[in-house]
Amino acid sequence: MSALLIEETTKAPISYMEEVSRATPGNCRLEMCIQCGTCGGSCPSADDMDHTPRQLFAMIRADMRDAVLASNTPWNCVSCYYCTVRCPQEIHITDIMYTLKSMAVAAGQYKETLDADFSRSFVGYVDEYGRSFELGLATRMYLRHSPLSIRKTASMGLGMLTRDRLDFSPTKIKNLDQLQAVLNRADEIEETRA
Amino acid sequence: MSKEQNQPQNDKERVGVYICHCGSNIAGVVDVEDVAVWAKEELADEGVVVSRDYKFMCSSLGQEMIENDIKEQGLTRVVVAACSPHLHEQTFRTACGRAGLNPYLSELVSIREQVSWVTTDKQMATEKAKAMVAGGVERVIENEPLEPLRVPIHPATLVVGGGIAGIQAALEIADAGNQVYLVEREPSIGGHMAQFDKTFPTLDCAACILTPRMVSVGEHPNIELLTWSEVERVDGYVGNFSVTVRKRPRYIDVDLCTGCGICWEKCPKKVIDEVFEEGIGYRTAVYTPFPQAVPKYPVIDAETCIYFQNGKCRACEKLCPTGAIKFDQEEEILLLDVGNIIIATGFETFDARRIPEYGYGRLANVFTSVEFERMCNAAGPTEGEIVLRDGVTKPESVGIVHCVGSRDRNYNNYCSVICCMSSLKFAHLVKERTGAEVYNFYIDMRTAYKDYDEFYQRVMEEGVLFVRGRVAEITDATRNPGEEGKLVIQVEDTLAGRQRRIPVDMAVLAVGLQPRSDTKELTKKFGISCSAAGWITEKHPKLDPVATMTEGIFIAGAVQGPKDIPTSVAQGAAAAARVLSRISMGEISLEPVRATVDEAKCSGCRICNNLCPFNAIIFHEDRMVTEINHALCQGCGTCVAACPAGAISGTGFSNEQIMAQIDGLLAFSFPQNGDLVEMVPV
Amino acid sequence: MNKYLFYPGCSMQKNASSYLDSLMAIRADLGIGLEEIEDWNCCGATEYWSVHQLKAHALVGRNLALAEKQTNGTNTVVAGCSACYLNLAKTANYMKDDKVLRDRIEDALAAGGLHYTPGSLEIRHLLDIVYNDVGLETIKSKVVRPLTGLRIAPYYGCMIVRPDKDNRYGNPEYPMALDYLLEALGAKVIDFPQKTHCCSGHMTQISPDVAYELMHRLISGADRYEADMMVTLCPMCQLNLDAYQGDMNDYMGTDYQMPCLYFTQLIGLAFGYAPAELGIGKEFVDARPALAKIGVEVPEDVEVQKRKPRRRKKEEGLPMPRMGEEDGR
Repeated sequence: MSALLIEETTKAPISYMEEVSRATPGNCRLEMCIQCGTCGGSCPSADDMDHTPRQLFAMIRADMRDAVLASNTPWNCVSCYYCTVRCPQEIHITDIMYTLKSMAVAAGQYKETLDADFSRSFVGYVDEYGRSFELGLATRMYLRHSPLSIRKTASMGLGMLTRDRLDFSPTKIKNLDQLQAVLNRADEIEETRA
Repeated sequence: MSKEQNQPQNDKERVGVYICHCGSNIAGVVDVEDVAVWAKEELADEGVVVSRDYKFMCSSLGQEMIENDIKEQGLTRVVVAACSPHLHEQTFRTACGRAGLNPYLSELVSIREQVSWVTTDKQMATEKAKAMVAGGVERVIENEPLEPLRVPIHPATLVVGGGIAGIQAALEIADAGNQVYLVEREPSIGGHMAQFDKTFPTLDCAACILTPRMVSVGEHPNIELLTWSEVERVDGYVGNFSVTVRKRPRYIDVDLCTGCGICWEKCPKKVIDEVFEEGIGYRTAVYTPFPQAVPKYPVIDAETCIYFQNGKCRACEKLCPTGAIKFDQEEEILLLDVGNIIIATGFETFDARRIPEYGYGRLANVFTSVEFERMCNAAGPTEGEIVLRDGVTKPESVGIVHCVGSRDRNYNNYCSVICCMSSLKFAHLVKERTGAEVYNFYIDMRTAYKDYDEFYQRVMEEGVLFVRGRVAEITDATRNPGEEGKLVIQVEDTLAGRQRRIPVDMAVLAVGLQPRSDTKELTKKFGISCSAAGWITEKHPKLDPVATMTEGIFIAGAVQGPKDIPTSVAQGAAAAARVLSRISMGEISLEPVRATVDEAKCSGCRICNNLCPFNAIIFHEDRMVTEINHALCQGCGTCVAACPAGAISGTGFSNEQIMAQIDGLLAFSFPQNGDLVEMVPV
Repeated sequence: MNKYLFYPGCSMQKNASSYLDSLMAIRADLGIGLEEIEDWNCCGATEYWSVHQLKAHALVGRNLALAEKQTNGTNTVVAGCSACYLNLAKTANYMKDDKVLRDRIEDALAAGGLHYTPGSLEIRHLLDIVYNDVGLETIKSKVVRPLTGLRIAPYYGCMIVRPDKDNRYGNPEYPMALDYLLEALGAKVIDFPQKTHCCSGHMTQISPDVAYELMHRLISGADRYEADMMVTLCPMCQLNLDAYQGDMNDYMGTDYQMPCLYFTQLIGLAFGYAPAELGIGKEFVDARPALAKIGVEVPEDVEVQKRKPRRRKKEEGLPMPRMGEEDGR
């Protein structure tokens, strides 16, 4: 049943579940959850999450918008996709986690600052050079968040450099303008939809 | 059936038209009075002499209205515009018949499912209803009076499958004094129920309640028991089936064998019994599957017998006190004449090896429910002791996993009905026999029938631990202290809201039920159909669960869908009752809607021959023409459409009738304010 | 010679350069031609997708558009990194199935003068083409130094086999392609139960304690099964298991020395190439002591760790269910 039809005929505000579902590409089947717990049982980082993936979906269904966005659950998702392949209702759980992450960033509501910051820094480098820049990323993160452990990290960084596994400077792609035009346009479209 | 009533008067038929309101179902959208008036005026030239509208045509008053008109107005044709023919075609045909008009001279056009239920536009609906009525009138004029075919019913019955449903059906029919042939693929009847230890919810010993029935079947004078046999071919039609059964050679002369058991005691060749023992026990090459087998005669498995493989041994032959071993025995082909067939071939179980994260097949102490049943059974490989795969150690903790391969779009979408109850049963048995810690991992507890929920309560009282969560993984990769040497069941305890790793000694997987792997061949053989999942399709899911769309073939038990023993028994009895009523009727009338070949037009191209899904087409080599067997023909129309010469016509659906109906539908144009009519999207 | 368009990905450029070097070394023997996509950009890994949805698709879309323009004789794009492979495949599939998303991505690509026709490219992982296109027979025929005696834990990681929309690996929980490949090279492949468990991805940089726990599960598992080394097919997995193993040991109080190499390096060794040609020696946990078993020279300054052999119990009792050959051991 097409979600757009519901909106047009009833003119009722769409539920939070519907919102999350539409923001996820394809048909993510979020409404099919029977709360069996396979996702929570399979998740390798479940112990570190505020809520198991299943709990989070129950909260989404209950329209607990703020609690969902503030949960550290999506940020602890390692994208291993175990939940997705094992879900008996074929729900695209990992894709929904990505959606929640970007929704949390957009709403400025997230508990785990480190992961969001890391991701945003990563995005910054890719937008600027077209490629990721590990040394820059690592340095920025450790300086910002755990300057005390910089000594330990530095030794690993040194190990990487001496083994010729780390670049000192970023690599730029040739047609950076082209990429930036594409990304800016995508940004515009994302903004208008939001 | 008065001849006068069937002759047209003044070369025109006298047609009665009846528009049903169906309460507000039709009348709420279609202006039924207008349609009735319109029909009387506009279709008078076609022969309409009576045109009425009424609230509920299917009611006795509505039917009486038709009957009175037939008698008083001399109607020769009747058109009812109401609901779908699926519902009331028979009703109105019967009403006509009561009034002396041939039932096939009536037509029911649907102005509900095809008009009032598909649009909200009243004007368009009324106009379409008028077109439908016009089409119906044109068509009915072309209808011919038809007589149903009457075929005799042979009193013998074939029951395929010797499980509890088949046994029940066979006994009921045989007790009523009729001949039954019970064909069973395995060496003994008993089916899956014979493998079980206890049955829920009463904890009756399966063998104790089953074997008396099996013995009755074996001894019954009216039941011919054909075990170690297969149905090869089914010809014929309801009341007159001709079934070819292949009786595989047992290599045992049953007239001489006393069932003493020396042969299987002394047989040197031991193999894993994949069928009855579900792979955790052994049997010999000459064997009976279990001690209470009916019939008691063993069979020799030629694929593993030393003699058949390389000519040596022959120990059984030497030792048999009555000389009953006959290595040169051949298979027998039997041709059975039966009137009805009951298919009760049961189910298979889901292969747990398809779910690698549960470790079945790699981790020694992961068992399936069917393996566990055999373990619990006193006559099983461990004599009823619940032990680990080493055959010796008693487990101190057992995890029972529900929904393995069921309710899962990755495997089988449906619920297998019995696994929650059998998992509770296992929990009880483990507690009773070992005192071990027991965990049941479930999504929902499905304990719906009589005394089932009480059983759940009882198991809870026994101290079984329930974890609501679908098991994610069973692994031997340890992580925390206390897990070394154990199986770890990783699951989210959804009620407590966190992931748990529970170490156990043994895991039992409640595997789901599946249709038999040869279901496709079965459906082809018998001319029946199955659903996408593979369960045989019943005639109506709510109101007719034991009949199929093929006359004369019934189904009973798990072949129709997963179910427990009480329901299988009920279905076996229900199928038997249907068959008995047929037998007592002595003959059955078949719908005369059939295809007929006009031999003059048939060129012998044989295009139609291979298209018939019911094997109703015969080709006469000598005359190079095709003929259709009316008893087998179901009037599907495939051959009618395929014939390039148009030599085949469907009685009741002749080209003339169909063209007339189309003419009627298009005869009147209904302009809508001069604009093109747009269909409303649904 | 099978031709492919090649998407190296950011990691292969430097931190997984040994992956790239070994691939370049063996490609002629494998008979695969790799043409790098001109001016490709980052696939977005997992980080970009955590912040943006459409923008991330557009990022990948540019790579697809460039690859489509470059197709000459092939429409298959090969990626060596599981995350790159997954992202390329994800966007390519969504563009085929989700019309609304497709139109938006097209809109964004048009701003850069680019266009991608959904369905025009096939996205595959390097392991897939080595196993399916090159085939075990060809590989076996080129082995001059069989890896006899080397006990390997095959480690797929997660993204190559999940979600696996194109169903290339048979089973997302228990794939066998890498196992069979390593066996074909002569190695003893252990039945590694965690072969598709997650390496923790970028958590090593973000939540190290979560990461160390996940890594520990893998490395201790491989150790329990007495593996001499782990072999992987994704730069992220290799980086985590290798570069962070020391930190993991510190955190967990363990002292594992489990080297982790790329499968291309092992193919190279079996084909007779020198370790240096294959980038061996660039690991934090030196692989050469383990490789001593197959005659690789161990430098003076590297320590060789000895391990106690584990006793195996003899199987008695009730019969086990039979597993088909395709299902593994």
